Amino acid sequence: MKLKRFKEIALDGTVRQNPTLRLVLGTCPTLAITTAALDSLGMGLAVIFVLVCSNVIISLLRNIIPDKVRIPCFIVIIATFVTLVTMFMEAFLPDLYESLGMFLALIVVNCIILGRAEGFASHNPVGESALDGLFMGVGFTLAITLMGVVREVLGKGMLFGYQLWNFKIGFFANPAGAFLTYALFIALFNVCYNAVERKAKRKAARKTTVQDEVAEDAPAVEVANAAKEAK
Amino acid sequence: MDIFAIIIAALFAQNFVLSQFLGICPFLGVSQKTSSALGMGIAVTAVMVITCAITYPIYTYLLLPLGLGYLQIVVFILLIAALVQILEMVLKKFSPGLYSAMGIYLPLVTTNCAILGVAKIVTATAITAEGAQTLTSWLDGSKYFMAMSYGEAVVSGLFYGLGFTLAIVLLAGLRQKVDKLNVPKPLRGFPMTMLTACFMAMAFYIFTLI
Repeated sequence: MKLKRFKEIALDGTVRQNPTLRLVLGTCPTLAITTAALDSLGMGLAVIFVLVCSNVIISLLRNIIPDKVRIPCFIVIIATFVTLVTMFMEAFLPDLYESLGMFLALIVVNCIILGRAEGFASHNPVGESALDGLFMGVGFTLAITLMGVVREVLGKGMLFGYQLWNFKIGFFANPAGAFLTYALFIALFNVCYNAVERKAKRKAARKTTVQDEVAEDAPAVEVANAAKEAK
Repeated sequence: MDIFAIIIAALFAQNFVLSQFLGICPFLGVSQKTSSALGMGIAVTAVMVITCAITYPIYTYLLLPLGLGYLQIVVFILLIAALVQILEMVLKKFSPGLYSAMGIYLPLVTTNCAILGVAKIVTATAITAEGAQTLTSWLDGSKYFMAMSYGEAVVSGLFYGLGFTLAIVLLAGLRQKVDKLNVPKPLRGFPMTMLTACFMAMAFYIFTLI
């Protein structure tokens, strides 16, 4: 049972409710930061840290925080961790701090974090909340790093800061390219997700029909049931 | 800085949504209808102007001299949350008509990165030559100076807000046509809206080349 719950949270965070590609949350950093893969990775790691820490604290305090002032409380907790990350990066990773710029501080108003605080951590135990934060963060990081790779290779001819070749399409490095890449990523993800889901559904359907051992195709069963009810 | 240059930059070249990617969530979420887009735009503009007018003096005359510059994020977000609450109450009391038209968008404004973004932009500081030489300069407020004057801060708040309104109203106008098109299923919804925004961003990009 425990393993099943773990699997559920992990799958929800990274695939089924992927914050970037399925819920379309936290779009501002996604569009702004993905010009370089390394920046995206840094942003993703910062978000993972804030998400896990704030989820843990909010989950611990979930019975203490009064319902009416919960949003301001959540925001203060989140803002504290964002300040920590900002100061850490300024001191130890000045290059990354410089290139992320304002968007580092704007993690405070990233809807993923407040969304998980409100939707998960405020009514779930600590361990599950931490896991949820971790996997939501991982889902976000994977998505934006992939987008960063695509935009960096196409827009600058580079990968993680290394020059690959001299061919580049400047369009992908500017704002319009960000919107295009994001739109295509969501569309592609939807295609893959729907295909997998359809396959899983068919598999499940086949299993139940085999178990029932009544009829080969579902419509016939329905017709028979309807006829029975009519009688 | 020349006021006219600020206005053109804030409206077009550095448009909040289409070139700085701030406030994308309401831009995509509240743009089905032109009327609701306009309501959201006005709410954001109003909160932006007041935010700039309040955060600038607090940061310059309170936080920096006390060496509390690192509390910026926490203080700003609390100020914005309080401000939106107060604005909502004032509107409810004195102008119920405006409240019912705009009220639903106001709470959304609190967690809109455009507002915190504008507060960060207008309170941008530059370090003095003397401060740059010491390692722990971020602890010492006296070694910074403000990059913008108070007037410039408020004016840029207003025009960044108007730039946001321009972008969201234009997108809403386009979406009223685009949403009716028969597009492939995976492209429906967000992807199609983003493709529309992509073409708008191309148009706005021209202004940065001038």
